[in-house]
Amino acid sequence: MNIPEKFEELRSRGEGALIAYLCAGDPTPGATAGFVQALVRGGADIVELGLPFSDPVADGPTIEAASGRALSAGMNPDVYLEIVASINVDVPLVCMTYYNLIFKRGIEKFVHDCVQSGISGIIVPDLPVEESEELSTSCRKYGVDLIFLIAPTTTEERIERILRHGSGFVYLVSRLGVTGTRSDVSQSTTELLSRVKTKIPKAVGFGISNGNQAAEIIEGGADGVIVGSAFVDIIASGKDVTAKLETLARELKDGVLSVIA
Amino acid sequence: MSRTTYGKYGKYGGQFSPEVLMPALAELEEGYEKYKDEPEFLKELNYYLKDFAGRETPLYFAKRLSKKYGTRIYLKREDLVHGGAHKLNNTIGQAILAKYMGKTRLVAETGAGQHGTATAMVGANLGLETVVYMGAKDVERQRMNVYRMELMGTVVNPVESGSKTLKDAINEAMRDWVTNVVNTHYLIGSVVGPHPYPMIVRDFQSVIGREVKEQIMEKEGRYPDSIVACTGGGSNAMGIFYPFVEEKDVKLFAVEAGGSGLKTTEKAALHSASLCTGEEGILHGAHTRVLQDKYGQILESSSISAGLDYAGVGPELAYLAEICRLTPCNVSDDEALAAFHELCRMEGIIPALESSHALAYIKKAAESGELGELVVINLSGRGDKDLETVIKLNKEVHR
Repeated sequence: MNIPEKFEELRSRGEGALIAYLCAGDPTPGATAGFVQALVRGGADIVELGLPFSDPVADGPTIEAASGRALSAGMNPDVYLEIVASINVDVPLVCMTYYNLIFKRGIEKFVHDCVQSGISGIIVPDLPVEESEELSTSCRKYGVDLIFLIAPTTTEERIERILRHGSGFVYLVSRLGVTGTRSDVSQSTTELLSRVKTKIPKAVGFGISNGNQAAEIIEGGADGVIVGSAFVDIIASGKDVTAKLETLARELKDGVLSVIA
Repeated sequence: MSRTTYGKYGKYGGQFSPEVLMPALAELEEGYEKYKDEPEFLKELNYYLKDFAGRETPLYFAKRLSKKYGTRIYLKREDLVHGGAHKLNNTIGQAILAKYMGKTRLVAETGAGQHGTATAMVGANLGLETVVYMGAKDVERQRMNVYRMELMGTVVNPVESGSKTLKDAINEAMRDWVTNVVNTHYLIGSVVGPHPYPMIVRDFQSVIGREVKEQIMEKEGRYPDSIVACTGGGSNAMGIFYPFVEEKDVKLFAVEAGGSGLKTTEKAALHSASLCTGEEGILHGAHTRVLQDKYGQILESSSISAGLDYAGVGPELAYLAEICRLTPCNVSDDEALAAFHELCRMEGIIPALESSHALAYIKKAAESGELGELVVINLSGRGDKDLETVIKLNKEVHR
């Protein structure tokens, strides 16, 4: 199932989407497939799998540390693609990574290899729409969704440009800053949701860690919530990881389900 | 205004930056275009360059060095700029620009601590809150600069992630900027990062090359055969090269840190020579030449000098190397150290270890004669900050 089909299915049921993020290879490459399955059992509708980069400037300490653990454990793009290929779940998988890893592999080859291993979409936090033409072309060629971010600082003119180029869903950054959990859902989220007018599903990320926040975001008009650091924190704790991932995914999905999208 | 070029130098440069920062980069570009030629702005800039920084700096004829190497050698004395390095040329410019743009807070990264110090100076002087990120490893090896920054009211945050050096400090400074972009200017210290930074830093540093043009004409009645500058990120190099780029008879040499040899292990390079050995890649917002592994993971770099210890290089330098307008070269830690001592003893000037790399190339090139008969070396900083490092190395040698 690809990303538009997934959102279509959810929309027909009046459900918002739970998009869960993990850094692949954290703490070891062997652990990732089991974690993804736990997230899906808990109710994740889409799973973003981070391909760790040595210099993750758009990420906060939580995901930076996860990237470090994964890289130390031997993660690299080849291993990543093997892991993705080995994951047997019926939800779309999205690759999130930094542009240098794509560039170095060769842009078209990277997209081709992603598709071969079962990736449906790509998110590149350090690739603004202005620099994305080559990747965009390859993604279209192979039927992969290229997902762009929109921030509270993004101007109306840029929002339009991003919406013209993006597909799958748009990733709304709920606040200024890097990834990481926060206790409040900022007012800027609501404002941003009303500023972005599009038929492409809108998913909100950065700082969401519990069911109430997830419900608030869907209430505010989002089609989905993206949760990363809260899951990565569980992995970092190292205790009952699989069970806790499933429990948190369920709590978040319940939050999402408490509101009719 | 139209923003169609996005700061490309050939295929290099660009804006590979998180979406949150794109509007800030546009605002910075617009602010720069608006103020850079405005008489009021220029008046303030020139006032600070003259009365605060102490410009112009001398172009000094190094008599004994010239005699030894059989060529006329001039040193552009950026070591005499307030703070002890060329870094202040850029921080003055950007801090005044930030003030004009209504920003109240500066963040900066620093490697050797020279850029951090230069930022602390303008921050204190202009009354702007200043926060500097510095790799924990660099904090250790440059303690005096940390103390200097703190004396001037700057908060120095040691960065414990990654290799704990300059690239990690840049990551952290960018994160701060992403979070506080509304009131904060990111005062980047070299000709690196997303457009418009490589252009802005180059322009503010070009005062070096412009002065050299006039001074060498006055002293020698002609332009030099070659200009030599050390290159990490490359701000002193772009600063002295840029006004000469169109003067095709003037050869430009970018001397990188060869460290302990041009080799790499799995995760680290034993050097910082990204122009000489790096491959195309995207680092810190720009398409440039980067030290990386086969997958594109950035390698830790290495050098005796913290200011050259960087895995990337300014995109315009990558471009000038690609079109063969400049010659990338490198000297080892040992060669740089020998040149450091040579300048101390022969000219009574203690150079920074960064600048010692440029000096070391005179010896290396002496045999081939490729530098010609009239050479200008950018003496980008003074070596007081490096004494601890040098003392430690000498002890190791004499043990």
